Amino acid sequence: MTAPVTSSAPLTDAAAPAIRIEGLHKSFGPREVLRGIDLEVHAGEVVCVVGPSGSGKSTLLRCVNLLEQPTAGTVRVLGTEVTHPDVDIDAVRAHVGMVFQSFNLFAHRSVLENCTIAQRTVLRRPRAEAERVARENLARVGLADRVDALPAQLSGGQQQRVAIARALSMDPALMLFDEPTSALDPELVGDVLGVMRDLAEGGMTMLVVTHEMAFAREVADRVVFMDDGLVVEQGPPEQVIGAPTHERTRTFLRRVLDPTHQRPVAGR
Amino acid sequence: MTTQSPAAQGGAALAPVTGRRSPRRRAQISRGIQYTVLLALVVVLALATDWARVGTTFLDPAVARDLVPTLGGALVNTLRYTVAAFAVGLSLGTLLALMKLSSVRPYRWIATVYIEFFRGIPALLVVVAFGYAVPVALGVNIGSLTAKAALALGMVAAAYIAETLRAGIEAVPRGQVEAARSLGMSHTRTLVTVVIPQAFRIVLPPMTNELILLTKDTSLIYLLGLTPAQFDLTKVGRDALSTAQGGLTALFVVGAVYLIITIPLGLLARRLEGRTARRTRS
Repeated sequence: MTAPVTSSAPLTDAAAPAIRIEGLHKSFGPREVLRGIDLEVHAGEVVCVVGPSGSGKSTLLRCVNLLEQPTAGTVRVLGTEVTHPDVDIDAVRAHVGMVFQSFNLFAHRSVLENCTIAQRTVLRRPRAEAERVARENLARVGLADRVDALPAQLSGGQQQRVAIARALSMDPALMLFDEPTSALDPELVGDVLGVMRDLAEGGMTMLVVTHEMAFAREVADRVVFMDDGLVVEQGPPEQVIGAPTHERTRTFLRRVLDPTHQRPVAGR
Repeated sequence: MTTQSPAAQGGAALAPVTGRRSPRRRAQISRGIQYTVLLALVVVLALATDWARVGTTFLDPAVARDLVPTLGGALVNTLRYTVAAFAVGLSLGTLLALMKLSSVRPYRWIATVYIEFFRGIPALLVVVAFGYAVPVALGVNIGSLTAKAALALGMVAAAYIAETLRAGIEAVPRGQVEAARSLGMSHTRTLVTVVIPQAFRIVLPPMTNELILLTKDTSLIYLLGLTPAQFDLTKVGRDALSTAQGGLTALFVVGAVYLIITIPLGLLARRLEGRTARRTRS
């Protein structure tokens, strides 16, 4: 990767983990959404963040590429301390792909253009090269034949796969997924998860906020359970999802895995 | 109606058929009455009008024929003033809209003051100011009449265009900006490549309105003092009105020429709007 900061060595450290978050706090006005998060993601690792809605999962993810400005704490991404005011965040973001719940494809541009704009403007790649990379990645997500379509002409699942191809076209060192299947019709979820599984198998470093427990169990190297702005527990999926030690994790998993379960929660 | 009707047997429990008419029947009757009254009004008006006098007052063929040769040049002039003023208005309006959305507070103040000022005073005052006050006050002499007209009308239009554009920019979904920023695009790059193009699509219908209003506002530039070669449509109409017979025929003809400009504009906007809707619907 490039060095986004010209001088100070302490800001960049090539041997560091892909993401290192220390003492992260984030408040929206009086509401404290993140209350002291410590988390590391290593190169090549797939980490799934799960937890009830409102637990701060998405905010945590958005603090990694500074779409949200943390209130306190440090975030280091690919060895660069992005929370430091001297860091050019745009240079870091160019290496960090992000996939959103609501796809956010550029509505006025074709599928191909969606995948080339940032390559051309940020990476300054010539048109031919940008289009070659874009077509490669669109083929990878199974949409080679839709390059000229407009986002509005695609299904949600297709749009999300274009969004993944758009992020991959920047050759990211790290991918962030913010509930990538939550806005999809159930029958379209599989295609997107399939693409993500292929990515994980290809060795991509991934931080994934998701409600798909089966995906987390199968693909994640590590599952992080968050509740109320804190990491409650983390570990291999068979441990966190299979045999959770905390009552809050157990309660959450009971609800997610068996939505018809109506038993009142003890102690609440 | 009686309780023996089929409806009563079928849906008696929820909507018993009573003596009162159903809402659908009442709406039907009300519509019928409205059509009848409207038709009656048209007939009465047509019979009461003295068509011969209308002809000589509004549609004197001789006067219209005399007027036609001068209309071509006037139409071109009106179009020229409109396009020039719109160019000024659009550029300045875009700048003002961005200033109004800036995180730099003084920019917002300047834009707000500008917009409130020029939106609040009659365009006529601005045109007069450019004709007489500005050259004296600032010691500059704007030579070309088109430039003077473009500046005066463009500065007024900019205030409206700025507000329209600001609304359009704010209507572009936040996710579009976040997606662009997450790809490493700078704030400015995002604005230029992602936000402004989409904002322009959103504001196309109100922007057409601005253009149509501006077309008509060019009638004010007679206040700058025109040579006959510079006459716009309204000026030609007014002059013809004072010299010729035929009552208001000149105004009527000039009005029709304005419609020749503005109606296609409206149609064009509607077509573009339809295309944009198809492109962005999801």
